[in-house]
Parts: sequence; structure tokens; C-alpha cells
Amino acid sequence: MPLRLLKFAVSKEHPAPRFFKSHEAPKKSYDVVIIGGGGHGLAAAYYLAKDHGITNVAVLEKGYIGGGNTGRNTTIVRSNYLTPEGVNFYDASVKIYEGLSEELDLNLFYSTRGHFTLAHTESAMRTMRWRAEVNKHVGVESRVVGPDEIAKACPQLDLSCSGQAPILGALYHAPGSVARHDGVAWGYARGADRLGAEIHQNTEVLAIDVKNGKVCGVKTNKGYIETKQVLCAVAGFTPRITEMVDLQTPIVIHPLQACVTEPMKPWLDTILVSGSLHVYVSQSSRGELVMGSSLDPYEVHSTRSTLDFVEGLTSHMLDMFPFLSNVKVVRQWAGMADMTPDFAPIMGKTPIEGFYLDAGWGTWGFKATPISGKTMAQTIANDSAPDLIHSFRLSRFEDYELTGEKGAASVGH
Amino acid sequence: MKLLTCPMNGTRPLSEFIFGGEYREGPNQNTCTDAEWAAYVHNRSGAPGDKKEWWYHSPSGTWFIAERNTLTDKVTRTYLLGPNNNNSSQAQEKSK
Repeated sequence: MPLRLLKFAVSKEHPAPRFFKSHEAPKKSYDVVIIGGGGHGLAAAYYLAKDHGITNVAVLEKGYIGGGNTGRNTTIVRSNYLTPEGVNFYDASVKIYEGLSEELDLNLFYSTRGHFTLAHTESAMRTMRWRAEVNKHVGVESRVVGPDEIAKACPQLDLSCSGQAPILGALYHAPGSVARHDGVAWGYARGADRLGAEIHQNTEVLAIDVKNGKVCGVKTNKGYIETKQVLCAVAGFTPRITEMVDLQTPIVIHPLQACVTEPMKPWLDTILVSGSLHVYVSQSSRGELVMGSSLDPYEVHSTRSTLDFVEGLTSHMLDMFPFLSNVKVVRQWAGMADMTPDFAPIMGKTPIEGFYLDAGWGTWGFKATPISGKTMAQTIANDSAPDLIHSFRLSRFEDYELTGEKGAASVGH
Repeated sequence: MKLLTCPMNGTRPLSEFIFGGEYREGPNQNTCTDAEWAAYVHNRSGAPGDKKEWWYHSPSGTWFIAERNTLTDKVTRTYLLGPNNNNSSQAQEKSK
């Protein structure tokens, strides 16, 4: 390293820029306390400050930012869902993502790849046609394509899937993308910090103080904080927080696992998903194949990995790409997913005044990060949820108005 | 390989079993309010802890109860549901 450059490393005049300030301890009170420093919570803090001028905000994170499900997903961004409510919502998210690197002044490696949801049966083809028509109706670019077009986009794919499950066609979704998920959390953190919000890592919420049905504070491992508004954005831990305020929800936690291979030269341009084979795969900017499968089959509050998962996933990967047989899996991990009965999130107000939920993010949270931050900020600022998330309200269960989102990832249909 | 003990067939690989969700007592449908019924239909106790759950041994078609901690994934006992069987449990831990 040239000496001219090295002197900056020891000079106090040129400290390395930090993404966000560290604070000794939280203040005594805030206008809004956000529980959870993942993408959603940080995005909400950012939009509270940017769109609504609310800057007296603390984001409390019990670990480090982006260390939960934000850093554990397979980074796919898309909007080819099944219900018009879902397609509208995720499309709004994709549109923000497209300009987000510029807005946050941070390269999120947002890369539009095109997204194929493969169909191996006539009934799957029917679902693809259904999704394509709903998408087109809402104005989202999706269409059903035949095996020829899939082969053109991904010549490496064995269209017969080893003869086990021949591919009949696919739902092609042009805007399907991947992005650096930790970058999204860090970009929003820096944006929120610059606008005045405080980020407190290693700060765990132990209890939420509710009096006469209204939130009045939170107890943390760093002291008591007075606040009238609390946003719970802790996907995977939601039932533990809602238990603190005696709020019942349909959320059940299942682990969702993923893994990556060793890096390879770029060969897979598109994102491929097969509901029947329980595989979704894309190649990261580092060259690793990022792969996920279906949800673990029973409730566990743990991020343990299992051999069953890798065995099942890789055997299906080999059906699609037999030439990968000598490629090594180098990392495996899991996240805890907030599963809801209708595969849609639970967002907005709750019966407790000042307690807002951004939960039920199951296997579909990362792609929704910008729009959930924006709509939750709106909900908190106006104490009223915008129309875009009306169908995701908690009271939909009481009203028997479930959303029925079968286009979610890792869900067989 | 993870194992689970079926009260009828003994210790078998977990892949033979299907998770049936939490065991729950329903409210009286003739007397409860609509809100209570909706809460019973949809809501679950999602927080981690010791739970009583339905499990199904698929090859033999046996539904039974397992008591399991959802944080540690340890099963303390499994038994058939019924007036006479509730206590004749077979304590069994799943392999780690």
C-alpha cells in the first residue's frame, strides 16, 4: 500500500466513515420505537423520517442489524403473485427496489434476471396461466412460456428433469431480480441514521408496557423507554413479542432453510423456481448458486440446519442440472419464518392503541422490504393503514376475509 | 436421522410422520360468541415452549399426541389420545 494512502489509516483527521452512529444508551423517550433492526424495521425508520418528518425514532435490535431473516433469505425480488392485492403490493415494492441503489446511494447489486416458475404438471400450468392473467390485469409483466423459451434462457437445464418430471412450460416474470440483502439493511440504516433516527444494536425488548389498552413504553436490557407508538418488525420472533401484549395471532414459526454452492463462472442468468421439485435457484454476483427449498414440515423455533434438507434439495437440483454432481455445497443455514394460514403478511394496526404489526412475513419478506417500510411508516404517522395493505390487516381473520396468497415461495400448489 | 416414537409402532424415522399442529380444546360452538369462534379457528399459540401436538404415523395411519418443546425440539412423551391412554405414555426423546 502506498505510504500516502497508509497515512490515512492512522490519521485521526480522516476516520473511516461509519454507516450509522453508535449510541451509548437509548434516550428516556421516543416518539416511535421500532422493535427489530432488519430490513423492514430500518426501512420503516427511514420512511418515517423521509416521508413524514418523524425523526425521534429508535430502532432496537437485539443482535446486529440485518442478522435475522434479512440476511438469511435467497434475495429474490418479484411480484408475480396470485391475488390482485398481493400483486399490487409486491409490484409497488419492485418499483421502489429498481431505484433504491440510487436513492440510498449504495450499490445493492440489484440485478434483473427474469424469473421462471417451472410447471411440470397440467395443474401447475393452470396455476401459471391464472397467475399470468392476474399479473397482466394489474399491469405486471408475466406470461406463460413453453419449453422452447425456457431452453433458450437456460440451455443448461434438463427439460425432462431426468425423465422424472418433464417441464411443460413456465410462468415467465421479466422483472424478477436478485439483490444484496445485507446491503438493503445497511443502506436503509445509513439513510435513517442520516435523517436523525437512532439505531441501537444489542438492545433487547423484554416487555411492553400497556395501560388501558394503550402502549406507554418498552422495557429493554438497556433501561425503560417511554413511547406511545411501537412497531413490531421481528419476523420469526413475532409470537414472542405479541405474547408480551397478550395479542393473539395465527402466526406459527417454521424454519426455512437455504444453502449455497462453491463459486462458479457465471452460467445461470435467470432465476429458476420449481414448485413441484421444491427448488429455487439463482447465481449470485459471487458466482455461488443460492438455493432454497420448501418450509420445514413442523414448528421449531430454531435456526438449526438439517441433512434431510440438503439431501432433498440437491437431489432435485441434480434432476434439473445433472452436470452439477461434482459441485460442493459450502454453506447451509436457516431462518425462522412467521407462517400465516393464507400466506399473506399481517400488517397495520392492532386492537392495542399504538402497537403496530409488521409480521407474518413467512417466506415472502425480503422482496417486500421497501414497500412494507413505506406503508408501515404511513400507518404509524397517520395512525391509519393505507389501502394498499388493507387486505393484510390482522382483523381479516376475525372477518373471515383471508387473502389466499398461493403465489408465495416454498409453498406447494 | 431424527426419530420419533409412535405409540403403536415404536421408534420410527421422522420422515414417516406428519405434523398435525397443536392439540387444542375448542369452545362450545352453541354458546360461544362469533369472535371466540373466529379466534379458535385462526389463532394459534405461536410462542415457543412445551406443547401438546397431533402427529400422524403415515404408514400405519395412527394419529397420536406428542408432547414436545418447540424451542429445543425435544419430545418428552407420545401417547394415543383417549380416556384410558392419556397417562400410559412412552417417554421417548428424539435423537439429536
